[in-house]
Amino acid sequence: MTSAEQEDFHLIDEVDTEFVDMIKNTGGPNIQSCYQCGTCSGSCPAGSRTNYLVRGIIRKALLGLKEEVISGQELWFCTTCYTCTDRCPQDVKPTDVIKAIRNVAVAEGYMLEPHQKVAQKVLEAGHAVPLDKESWEKLREKVGLPPVPPNASSHPEAIEDIKKIAKKTGFDKLVADKEE
Amino acid sequence: MPKKHRFMHFLGCIIPHRYPSIQKAAELVFEDLGMDLLDMEGATCCPAPGVFGSFDRVTWASIAARNVTIAEQANANVTTGCNGCFASLWDADYELKHDEELRKAVNESLAEIGREFKGTIEVTHYVDALYSYAGLDAIKKRVTRPFTGVRMALHPGCHWMRPKNIKKKDDSERPHIFRDICEAAGAEYVPYKDELICCGAGGAVRTADVKTALDFTKQKFDSLEAVGGADIIVTPCPFCELQLDLGQVEIQKHFEAEYHYDIMHVVELLALAFGHEPEEFGLTTHLQYQMRKNEPNWEQLGIEVKKADDATVTE
Ligand code: SF4
Ligand code: SF4
Repeated sequence: MTSAEQEDFHLIDEVDTEFVDMIKNTGGPNIQSCYQCGTCSGSCPAGSRTNYLVRGIIRKALLGLKEEVISGQELWFCTTCYTCTDRCPQDVKPTDVIKAIRNVAVAEGYMLEPHQKVAQKVLEAGHAVPLDKESWEKLREKVGLPPVPPNASSHPEAIEDIKKIAKKTGFDKLVADKEE
Repeated sequence: MPKKHRFMHFLGCIIPHRYPSIQKAAELVFEDLGMDLLDMEGATCCPAPGVFGSFDRVTWASIAARNVTIAEQANANVTTGCNGCFASLWDADYELKHDEELRKAVNESLAEIGREFKGTIEVTHYVDALYSYAGLDAIKKRVTRPFTGVRMALHPGCHWMRPKNIKKKDDSERPHIFRDICEAAGAEYVPYKDELICCGAGGAVRTADVKTALDFTKQKFDSLEAVGGADIIVTPCPFCELQLDLGQVEIQKHFEAEYHYDIMHVVELLALAFGHEPEEFGLTTHLQYQMRKNEPNWEQLGIEVKKADDATVTE
């Protein structure tokens, strides 16, 4: 065995045989059609500038290397541009597979703080980008619109609806700040 | 008289809260083309497909479905000017029409708020409303101030046309629909190598790491510079617009590079081409101009304007 192979070898962590099924059930049903051609990575604008490698992530997922896949920060560099999905010869829908893996990662507590904050904002204000300063209202007036739009910014009951949905799905707990 | 097209106007977050000029321009353009935009009272965030879709599929689909049910109650199709909102609402609507299990889970959460997804309406983008409902001929007839001689680059973005086999809108490798609409405004189309790559903002990347997101944007600008640049870049999405517009200010901070491109949403381009003055929809409120305390390059755009007033946003 060469030394390079030895190095690869100890990267391998516990094999989780249920990982592939979790991905298939969370929006990535075609993952097992992947034959590792690399068309996805070759098309990927995220891969060309970061250490994110979509083919590699799919390979590791198929091998059941769950912990390694879901804990990697690079999982969050996919912009969901769907170029890989439009080009994959096997209809794996790599974008959907990545989103499914992110769902698994989040369920296991791997979420980036800025994303958590955005999710919390939607539960608080009904909007990821809220009308949270007077200057934004002024900007609206300047273009000849009423200062507040007819969306959740003027409908507190809509925000209550979002909270109820999040409570039902358990999303509120998922994105709540963890007690220290 | 033929029946007037009417749409529930889904605003989302970025258009009404950061780039309201797009909302106003859409109202002008739809009216000019004889189409009604109805207020969608109590609509929320679509919700942001990158974050919510990546976090929990059922919650994402439930919040999106709640928005769709507002339109179902009004028995009108939805239209949105945002690729991200379109990605959430169209995809959720499609998945709920095709995935029984998801529909069951979503309707269980919607039952908590006395709603039910029925699947009775369609979700459209302004691009669809302009191309498939109003039609190119009607758009061309309405143009009174053509952008003759203006060099126009396009940024179609991703989520209106991709994934292509599911959306069935256009060939995502060689799209023509968005270009046809923009060319109706009379400008000269400037192709560049990276026209079809993502702006970098989507998929929750801008939120996670703005510098990486801007690196995509910078690649697009450099690719455009390589063919001699353009006077204007047009996009059908406010999040792409924010990334290309405000992004220029941010790129200057993060990289040693400076760009000065005027960025417009397709409805802003059409509002001007239809003869509206920039101040009718507040073109100068784009965050790039607010931050840089400057104005569009009127001369390059071939537009004569009175002096616009001072900046509103100071940050
Ligand atoms: S393009 Fe498709 S088949 Fe090829 S490596 Fe990527 S996911 Fe697998
Ligand atoms: S969708 Fe994600 S993985 Fe696929 S090409 Fe785009 S950035 Fe890369």
